[in-house]
Amino acid sequence: MSKITSLADLKKKREEMKSGLDLRTKALDPESIVQVKVSMATCGIASGAKAIMDFFLEQLDRRNIAGVVTQTGCMGYCYAEPTIEVKLPGQDPVVFGFVDLKRADQIIEKYIKTGELVDGIIPVNYQSIDLKE
Amino acid sequence: MSKYSMHLLVCGGTGCHAAESDAIICNLRDELEARGLNETVQVIKTGCFGFCEKGPIVKVMPDNTFYTQVKPEDAQLIIAEHVIKGRKVTRLLYHDPKTKESVSDSKHMDFYKKQMRIALRNCGFINPENIDEYIGRDGYQALGKVLTEMTREQVIKEIKDSGQRGRGGGGFPTGLKWEIASKSPGNEKYVVCNADEGDPGAFMDRSVLEGDPHSVLEAMAICGYSIGASNGLIYIRAEYPLAIQRLKIAIGQAREYGLLGKNIFGTDFSFDIELKYGAGAFVCGEETALIHSMEGLRGEPTIKPPFPAEAGYLGKPTNVNNVETFASIPAIILKGAKWYSSIGTEKSKGTKVFALAGKINNVGLIEVPMGTTLREVIFEIGGGIKNGKKFKGVQTGGPSGGCLTEKHLDTPIDFDNLIAAGSMMGSGAMIVLDEDDCMVSMARFFLEFTVEESCGKCAPCRIGNKRLHELLGQICEGKGKLEDLDRLKNMSLVIKDTSLCGLGQTSPNPVLSMMENFREEYLAHVVDKKCPAGKCKSLMSYIVNPENCVGCTACARVCPVNAITGGRKEVHSINGDICIKCGACMEKCKFDAIYIS
Repeated sequence: MSKITSLADLKKKREEMKSGLDLRTKALDPESIVQVKVSMATCGIASGAKAIMDFFLEQLDRRNIAGVVTQTGCMGYCYAEPTIEVKLPGQDPVVFGFVDLKRADQIIEKYIKTGELVDGIIPVNYQSIDLKE
Repeated sequence: MSKYSMHLLVCGGTGCHAAESDAIICNLRDELEARGLNETVQVIKTGCFGFCEKGPIVKVMPDNTFYTQVKPEDAQLIIAEHVIKGRKVTRLLYHDPKTKESVSDSKHMDFYKKQMRIALRNCGFINPENIDEYIGRDGYQALGKVLTEMTREQVIKEIKDSGQRGRGGGGFPTGLKWEIASKSPGNEKYVVCNADEGDPGAFMDRSVLEGDPHSVLEAMAICGYSIGASNGLIYIRAEYPLAIQRLKIAIGQAREYGLLGKNIFGTDFSFDIELKYGAGAFVCGEETALIHSMEGLRGEPTIKPPFPAEAGYLGKPTNVNNVETFASIPAIILKGAKWYSSIGTEKSKGTKVFALAGKINNVGLIEVPMGTTLREVIFEIGGGIKNGKKFKGVQTGGPSGGCLTEKHLDTPIDFDNLIAAGSMMGSGAMIVLDEDDCMVSMARFFLEFTVEESCGKCAPCRIGNKRLHELLGQICEGKGKLEDLDRLKNMSLVIKDTSLCGLGQTSPNPVLSMMENFREEYLAHVVDKKCPAGKCKSLMSYIVNPENCVGCTACARVCPVNAITGGRKEVHSINGDICIKCGACMEKCKFDAIYIS
C-alpha cells in the first residue's frame, strides 16, 4: 500500500473504490435505475449469454449509466436466446431476444439512453402469478 | 471497474458470529469456488445489520435480497438457486408477522422503514477490515477537509452549531466540551474514546466498533486537531475481543496509509491512537474513573472539578467522548452542522442508536431521529411484545435510568423528555418488560448490578445501595412492611444527593421510577403479600381446586418434598409450609386442578 499524503490522493483512492461499492450503493434503491436481467439457463449460456452479461456490466459502467445487471433463470424463449429483460425506472419491463453484441450495443444506445425501441422485442405472452395471497 | 457482478454480504457482528456466520462465509466461498464463480461473486463479511433477532443475516447485492436465520448448510441452496438461477429462496426471506407475506428486501421491512442511520451508516454495508471500502464511502474525507480547509476554531464552531450532545448518557454538548479542552493551556493533550459500554442490554458501541471502526478513528483525529492533541486513546473493555481485533486491524491500516501518524495529508498535524483495555468495571465508564484506570490506578472516580478538560490523563487536558458521539462526527463535518441540526428535536439534535432487548419481537440495533416516540420504536420498529403479551414498561438508560410505562409511549424520545419522565437517555439500552415481569424483582435486579459494580469509595453508594437491595429482597420474600416503601424512597434520595459520582447518583433511579409508576404493585407486595406478576416465589402458593381434582395421585408422586397429601380418588391438598414452589405438580396435573394464588 502506498501512503496517502494529500487530499487528492485520498480522492483518487475513493474513486477507485467507488465502482466496487457502486453495486451495493445502487442496490439500496434499484427501482430508480436501469435493471438488466440476463437469462442464463443452459440454453442461454450455450448461446453466449455470459458474454452479453459481461458486455452490459462493462458498458453500462463505461457509458456512465446507473444500472444493475443480474442473471436470472430460463425465461422460456429458448428459440430466441440469448434473451434479456430491461426495466427502465417507472416502466414495464421489456424483453429482447436474439441479443448479440451488436444488438446489445443498440439496446444501450437507443432503448436505455433514449427510450426508443429496437428490433428483437418479444411481446408479453404470459401472465405471472403473484405468489403472495 | 469491479470484476464482481454480485456481492454477498454476511453479518460478522458478535451475535451472528456466535450463530456460525463464519461457517456460512466458508461454505459460500467453497461453493462458489466449486462452481467456478469466485471471480464473479464476492463474499464480504460486514458489521452488524441490526436485525439480530433474525440473525445470521445474508444480504445479496445488487438485488438487495435480505435472507434471515441462514444456516451454514443453506449456503449451497443460496448459490444454486439465487446466484445461479436468479430465484430467491423464499424459505429464508423475512416473513412479516402482520401480513404473513415474505418481504424480499430490507427497504420494505417495518424494522428498517423508520430508521435513519448516521452513526451506523456503514454498519452492515462495508467490510470493517478493509480501509479501502471505508474510503470508498467518503471515509477520511472529513479529516482531509478539516486539516486542509478549516481552522481549529471553525471545526469547533461546526460541531457546536450541529447541536450534537454526548451519546454516552449525560448529554453534554460535544462542541462545548471540545472548546473547553482546546482552551486549556498545555502542549500535551489527549483525546480519549470511551468504549467501556457496561449497561446490561447495551451493545451500540460494540456494534459500531465492530462494523465501522474507521469512523471512530477518523473522528478522534478530527477532535485531536481541534483541541490540539496528538495522542488518542481508546479505552475498551477486554470482553469485546472482536471489536478489539477490528480496531487493531483498522489502526494498522490507517497507519500504513499515513492517515494516522506523522504529518497527516502532508500537513504538520500528527496524531496516533493506542488501545487501553479495561477489565469490565461499570464505574470505569465514568470519565474520571476511566482516566484513573488508564493510568494504571484503581478505577475510582474523583470529584470534579478539576474536569478532565483541565487535568485528565497524566494530569494533562483530556477530552473524553463516547464511541457513538465520535462515529457521527465525520458525517457532521461533510454534510454540515445545518443538515445535522435539522434532524431531531429542539434541544436534542441528530439521531440516536438504541439496543432493543427484553420481551420484544425484533431484538436488535436501531438508529432513529431524536423525537421518535417510544411507541414507534417498540411497536413499529421493534414489532411489539413477544408472544402477544401485554406491554408493561421499558427500562431506558440501563441501571441508571428509569422505567417508563404505557402513559409515556407517545413521548418523543430525547434527552430532556426522558429526564422529565423520570428516566434518562443513558447510552441507549432499552429493556422491554411485559406483564409477566415483577417490578419489585426488576428493581432488585438492577440494584444487584449496581451493588456489585459500586467501587466502594463513598459510603452512600457502598452502604446505601446494599441496604436498598436488602429491603427489596425482603419485600420480594413477603417480609416487607408498608413503611419500608417510605424508607426505600428516603434512602434513595439521600444516595442520589450524596454520592460521589454518576454511578451512585443514578443507581436508585430504577427503584424510584418503578415505585412511582407501579405503586400498586409495591403495595400488593407489602400489604397483601402478593406478587401480581407471579414472579416472587415466596409470595406464591400452589392450591388444589377440589372440583377438578380426581385423586389420581400423579402430583403427590412427582412432588420432590412430599408436600402433597391425599389418598387414591380423594381430593389432594398441598402443605404450604413444606412446598418449595417448584411447580412440578402443576405441570404434571392433567386435570387443571392445581393453580397459583
